[in-house]
Amino acid sequence: MRITFERRLRQPRWLSVAVPVGSVVFAFFLAGLVLLATGHNPLSTYRQLFDAAFLQTGSLTQTLISATPLAFTGLAAAAAFRMKLFNIGAEGQLYMGAIFGAAAGLYLGGTGSSSPFVIAAMVVTGCVGGTLWALIPGVLKAFFKTNEILTSLLLNYVAALVLTYLIFQSQSYWRETKGFNASVFPVGKQLPPSAVWPSWTIHIQGGVTVPLGAVLAVLAAVVLWVLYARTRFGFEARVLGDSERAARYAGVRVRRKILAVMALSGAIAGLGGASQVGDFAHSIDGDPNGLQKLGYGYTGIVIAALARYNPFAVVVVAFLIGGLENAGNTLQGVDFPAGLVGVIQGIILFSALGGEVLIRHRVRIVRTKKRAAAAGAEPAS
Amino acid sequence: MNNSLLIVLIASGVAYGTPLLYAALGELLAERSGVLNLGVEGMMLVGAVMGFWTVQHVHANAGIALAAAVVVAGLVGAALSAIHAFLVITLRASQIVSGLALTIFAGAVGLSSYLGNDLNLSGAPATHTFSAVFPASMQRWPVIGPIVFGQNVLVYISWGCVVGIWLYLSRTRPGLNVRAVGESPAAADTMGINVTRYRYVHTLVGGAFAGVAGATITLAITPQWVDGITGGAGWIAIALVIFAFWRPELCLVGAYFFGALQALAPQLQARHISLGPTVLWTNALPYVMTIVVLVIVSSGTARSRLGAPAALGNPYAREER
Repeated sequence: MRITFERRLRQPRWLSVAVPVGSVVFAFFLAGLVLLATGHNPLSTYRQLFDAAFLQTGSLTQTLISATPLAFTGLAAAAAFRMKLFNIGAEGQLYMGAIFGAAAGLYLGGTGSSSPFVIAAMVVTGCVGGTLWALIPGVLKAFFKTNEILTSLLLNYVAALVLTYLIFQSQSYWRETKGFNASVFPVGKQLPPSAVWPSWTIHIQGGVTVPLGAVLAVLAAVVLWVLYARTRFGFEARVLGDSERAARYAGVRVRRKILAVMALSGAIAGLGGASQVGDFAHSIDGDPNGLQKLGYGYTGIVIAALARYNPFAVVVVAFLIGGLENAGNTLQGVDFPAGLVGVIQGIILFSALGGEVLIRHRVRIVRTKKRAAAAGAEPAS
Repeated sequence: MNNSLLIVLIASGVAYGTPLLYAALGELLAERSGVLNLGVEGMMLVGAVMGFWTVQHVHANAGIALAAAVVVAGLVGAALSAIHAFLVITLRASQIVSGLALTIFAGAVGLSSYLGNDLNLSGAPATHTFSAVFPASMQRWPVIGPIVFGQNVLVYISWGCVVGIWLYLSRTRPGLNVRAVGESPAAADTMGINVTRYRYVHTLVGGAFAGVAGATITLAITPQWVDGITGGAGWIAIALVIFAFWRPELCLVGAYFFGALQALAPQLQARHISLGPTVLWTNALPYVMTIVVLVIVSSGTARSRLGAPAALGNPYAREER
């Protein structure tokens, strides 16, 4: 008996929903085994997880705080991976967006309520910061054919060092130098009131706060969907992802496309950084155990893969994974060791990848008549 | 003389470069068989945490405890790479995404952090560590003293591994078969070589090397456990394989060069030498230099002599060739 994989000629639609859902279920089953092996009760852990993520009062507000940056990094990864351009640098591009966005906010902001002008400036500079950082691996890929996976990833470490340097190891523009607290522990300068991004309250579950960033993320998903599904740009990018030779033959300018998609991906991640500062932190977090420990950029890759690079699915998956992250932060302790969330995410990604095989291939179990058939088919050596 | 910056940098370059060398050799074996494994960073971290755990919990003399730690680290590395091997060899999933998944699963915010927290490993120093093998009098010899005789046993074993892998790939039948599998799996298959088995074995052995590389960090270089202790060494190791044109002897040179770059920051701080934003550029130097060397290697005339296995990254399916 042998198991063979046959390539499907047509990929059924329902499978592209069923397989990711199945992967999540399977991942929680496997993670349950990890929990059992390390002496925890998976069922009660999962119930706590679900409560803390979506059901308790205030949990949805917290979940949105985790989900917003994840939606941006997920979209950034989806935009690039769609073209098989593996930008692993959303993490660093998010930091750069935060640094640039914060600079605009600190410089332009003043007293009074949120100012649309200042916020627009922060959005633009955030995108610029992310784009510039993403264009380093982009240019190296386009002109020197340097592997973008390694360059974009190594730049994450450099961006993290820059972030820490600005707050902890220098007297930079971003660092608070006045006041008692600042002399005890280095902190970032607080944004002036008019640079703080607005939010809206929905009256369910005792009030759910929707930050401006979450709205911008949904808008970015719409733009990305239109771009990839309805424009020549997106079509060419998809062709290039499938076959570079076909794309060249069809007259696609490969270099220009690499630069454009890398810039787009970086801009979305950078916008996530600006939102991180404007919506939530209101200052630059240079602590190596703070923003850098959250690994939003890496989780974004999990989200993009699970969403099969569909922008709308990215938003939905980011919300769910955001719930998982939020619950992980809330529950962290003896019963819920740090790192468990990462383990679950890793297993989800593995299962989604394995599931991809089911979408692409038909699995058949072939019964072979033993020895006789085999001996007949192969001449004796 | 032995305290001059250059000698100290070379000597600590050898020490700091050893985990890079182990990880690069492991990745080289996997890539020579055609399997790209981007999970090195994750496998190193889990190897590091489990090696450290073993040393803390095996109540035996230092030699046995340390040997057990290296074995455990190798086994967990191999076990993790088995997940990658199954996904990319048997299920033919994308090698890039699967490797990334392995690093996310096992990495700084995943399994290694989970194990470190659940087993309460942070805070305490290692009970046993690898220390210099040769007597102190030999270590005082000028130049070669600190560089050659001042090292721990893992360094000397790694030299053996370089020679062994070089001989294996160039002088033995299975070694030549691996290269065939990495260059042209279809041709290798026709010759009667079991492509699947070769790829599995080399991916698993590569994973074991990565696990040992991680243990080298927590048991010899910085004998303690903190989340994300490898700090991107796994990624530098992957880049090293590219600079080394997939040759083990060049991995050694590259690993020591990048080891010395990593040693630069603490050395300059200890000697109160500063030049501009010293903390920033010395810490960033290994990453930036990796990118610079990658660009040099991947562009222009060097490209034609690259030596990358032709089938690297491609799944092999007999019925689809």
